[in-house]
This record gives sequence, C-alpha cells and structure tokens, in this order.
Amino acid sequence: MALLEASDLVAGYGETEILHGVSITVSEGEVITIIGPNGCGKSTLMKAIVGLLRIRTGSVTFRGADISALPPEQIVRTGLCYVPQTNNVFPSLTIRENLEMGAFVRRDDYRGRVDEMFRLFPDLALRPAQKAGSLSGGQRQMLAIARALMLDPALVLLDEPSAGLSPAMTGLVFERIREINGTGVAVVLVEQNAREALGMSDRGYILVSGENRLEDTGRDLLDNPDVASLYLGG
Amino acid sequence: MLPALPQPLQDAVRRIGLAWTPVYTVVAIVVLAVAIGFLPFLKMGLVVNGVFLGAIIALGAIGLTLIYGILNFANIAHGDYMTLGAYAALFIVGSVLPRLSIESSGLGPFTFGYPMLIALPIGVAAVAVMAIVLDVAVYRRLRNRGVNAVVLAMASLGVAIALRGLVQIIWGGDVQHYPRESKPVYHLPMDVRVPPDAIFIAVITIVLVVSVYVVLNRTRMGKAMRATADNPDLALVSGIDTRRVIWWTWALGAVLAATAGVLLAVFQAQLLPIMGWRFLIPLFAAVILGGIGNPWGALVAAFVIGISSEVSTQWINPSYKPAVAFAIMIGVLLLRPRGIFGGGRD
Repeated sequence: MALLEASDLVAGYGETEILHGVSITVSEGEVITIIGPNGCGKSTLMKAIVGLLRIRTGSVTFRGADISALPPEQIVRTGLCYVPQTNNVFPSLTIRENLEMGAFVRRDDYRGRVDEMFRLFPDLALRPAQKAGSLSGGQRQMLAIARALMLDPALVLLDEPSAGLSPAMTGLVFERIREINGTGVAVVLVEQNAREALGMSDRGYILVSGENRLEDTGRDLLDNPDVASLYLGG
Repeated sequence: MLPALPQPLQDAVRRIGLAWTPVYTVVAIVVLAVAIGFLPFLKMGLVVNGVFLGAIIALGAIGLTLIYGILNFANIAHGDYMTLGAYAALFIVGSVLPRLSIESSGLGPFTFGYPMLIALPIGVAAVAVMAIVLDVAVYRRLRNRGVNAVVLAMASLGVAIALRGLVQIIWGGDVQHYPRESKPVYHLPMDVRVPPDAIFIAVITIVLVVSVYVVLNRTRMGKAMRATADNPDLALVSGIDTRRVIWWTWALGAVLAATAGVLLAVFQAQLLPIMGWRFLIPLFAAVILGGIGNPWGALVAAFVIGISSEVSTQWINPSYKPAVAFAIMIGVLLLRPRGIFGGGRD
C-alpha cells in the first residue's frame, strides 16, 4: 500500500487555481522528485499536502488515513514533515531551540534525537546556542531539514533544498538526503538541480501548468530525450 | 534582542544562570539613570520618578510588543486592559474582601493593606481570562476571515472604547482610590523623595520581568510564542498549535497590563476610567523605540521614555508629558523605523 496518495488535487490562492487535479503516490522508503517549469505548481502541491493550503477537491491519504481536511499542526503528528523553500528556520531562536520546536508535539524525552541530528549535521553541533538567523545558507538548510526530522517522520517533503547554495554545499545537502533516506525515511523533493535529484530518485513526476505531464523512474526520465531537452536544460 | 555581549562574557552569564540577564538589564538601567541624574542641569528626583514610571510603562509595553509580534496588530485596547486591572483590584479590595471582613490598609511601609496582595493576583487573572474571551469573541472571528492588521487594530479600538464605557458604567467617572493610609515618604540625598509604594512597584516589576524572561526562554510554550512570532506558517508545520499560543500570548500580555494598571493606580494614588487610555502613547512609544516584537527592546525603551517624560517637566508644563513620548516615537519612526535595537519590523 502506498505511504502517501494524493489524488486529483485542486488547490490555489484566492481566485486563482494553481493545481488542476494533480496526483502523486509515494511508497515506503522511496525518493521522489517533482520537476517542472516555474509556476507549474510544485510548491503549491507540497503546501496543499501538508495542509497550509486548503484542498478544494481531491484527497490526500497518508498511511491509509484521509488527511485532506486536517490542519497542518495535526498532519505533522501523523509523521509527515515539510521543509519550505524559504523562511524555513526560526531566525530569532537558537539552533537547539529550532530543533526543540521541530519536536514540539513530542511529549517524550527527545534529547537523544537532538544528538542524532547533531551527528548527522556536525556543523549544527558546534554552536547550538547560536541564533538561526546568523547561520550561513547551507547551515540554515541543514537546520531546516534537521528540524523536520525531529519527529522521526515516515515522509519528508523538501521544497528546493539546494536553492541558493554553492555547488559544493548542494552536493553535501544531497549526500545528507541520501543518508536520511537510508534510514528508511521516504523523501519527496522539488528541485532545480533536476539531474542530480532524479539521479538519486526512485521515481519522478513532471508537472506542467498544474497537471501531471509524465511519471517514470528517475533513470528513465533522465534518459528520455524529450525530458532532457524540455525540462533538464538540454 | 539586546546587542550581543562578547563571547567570554556571554559564557560567564550562562554559567551564573541566564535568568539573571533581565535583572542585570534592569540594574544597569537604574545605575545608568542615577548616573544621568548626577548631571548638574538635571534634578535627581525627577530621574528617580522616571525610573518608577518607566517600570510601569515596561510592564505594559512588554505585553503590547509580544501581542504585536505574534498576532501582528497594534492592540489599541491595551491601555484599557490596564484600567480594567486597576478597577478589578479595586472591586476586590473595596467590595468583595470587606464582606469577608478582610479589611486593612497600611501594610508595613506601604499605603495599601495586605488585602491588596490578594486582590492583585485575582484581579490580574480575571483580566487575563477576559483577554482570552475577547480573542474568541472578536479577534479570532476576524482572523478566520483573513482580515488585515488595520481591521484588527480598529476592532481593538472598539474594544478599548467599550471597556472604558463598561468601567464608567460600573464604577462611574469620578476619581476613586484604593483604601489607603498616609505613610511617610523616604527622603534621600540630592532632594530625592521616594514614596514607599515605589519599592513595591520595583519589586513587582523585577519579578514579572524575570518571569517573562523565564517563560520566553525556558518553557515550551514561551519558545513556541517566539517561534510563532518569527514565522507562523513554519510554526504550524512544526506541529505548534498557534491558536493556543495566541491565547497564552493574550494571557501573558493581559497579566502584565493589568498589573501595570494596579501599580499605576497605587503610584498615582487614584483610579480614573481614562487612566489606561492616557498611557497608550508612552506604551506605543516604548514598543516602537524598542523594535516591534522585541520585549527586551521594549523594556529598555520604557525606561528611556519614562525618564525623558519626567525630566522634561523641569522645563515644560507637566501636562505635556505625553507629548514628550509622542515626540520620541515620531523621531524614531523617522530616523530608525525598526527601533533602536534594529530587531523589530518596519
């Protein structure tokens, strides 16, 4: 059974409809990349899934339960966490406090999880009392991902984790994502670095104008000459 | 936040216990104020008065700035929450407790009696509950409709007028005061006269400021408040129930405001339905000077406003005191719209 199943999602902002019926499925432990031209609805799709945007029609089921009508603060409790593209840390909170906020719904002792995050992202362990607002772009992205992992989710949605990062830093972020996936966490990526992302993905989706255009394995999408010329920059 | 201390100093502070930071801040402000008072062209007495006035402004402004940061609108009713706190305490001390034969004034060096120590927490708690009820009845409905900050501020103006009207209907428009006993004023060098009640004001202010610091930096809900002020959407997707955060913010802001109202009534030895409304300009001046959403900026700024207003009476008519706060506010908006500490928003 699929871990996440979003079917025929219609959503948008105000009068504007961005998604005109998008469907994706994610299985346990999979890495999925969603690519498509700017404005095709990749970020909107993620916001609709995590409840930040009301779904007009269509449904989202996660681990067999319908979460379409749940508010975001309850969706995270089901083990589905999300890292927005921008503004994805609390700048006036320290690194440690950001991680604590990631664990907000946990009532158990989560200090072990904080240490695990510090092992996964050693940069964050150097100065845990540093304000997140003073971190470099790369460190900030690491902290954003670590915050989302504090709940030990079954699935994380990452919106452009490499946006604004140097190529070296991008490589590092992808390496971490692979490690995280190695622990059994399913990952959905929206990425500009489509080649690299598809290269590590089990499957990929191409969205165009708020509709599904193509779905295939990561490898086959990379090898598809039409995909290469249209969506991967030749 | 305040400008960062050098790292070794920071580590030292952390070792001694972070909760002392606000105490250091208050002590530093007082020391600085007294040093300013030594300037030959200033009267020390006015500076000391300004410190006590600043303490009351600080309590109001810290709550106002937290509400501004988290709910993202200017709560114009904040002054009337102060008024209501003062009158709630009057109701308990003047009408409820005497029926239980609890009546007394002149506790130790203070003008008021021990019933005040019972009335203060109960009255303050009542205002906190009222603030949450008003959120459910007014502000939450508006938020759910997605209205902007101006509409919320206008709604709070309506709440302010309604609350003041309510106070006038129940208690009348005349000057009232807590049961009190005259007590000798402390005469200090340099022609400084300190009313004994001012000690009470100082102690309560320090206790509350330290409590706010501990709540915001040490408790789960306090950290969630700061997180929500930073980024409400990210707070939601982190699993923070921002509705509850908003209620706690109202409660905290109302507790501080209502206490400030009681202290103001004690300090001025009178209650008037308009007392809180008149306090609104110094409150907003402190919030803006300290940077909107920054409680520690508001704390420091409150003392700046309090001392400048008091000292100004050396040269100008005391009835122009609010104008001094207003002038400072306009100056800050023109020169540094994000406040002196730069942490706030435009």
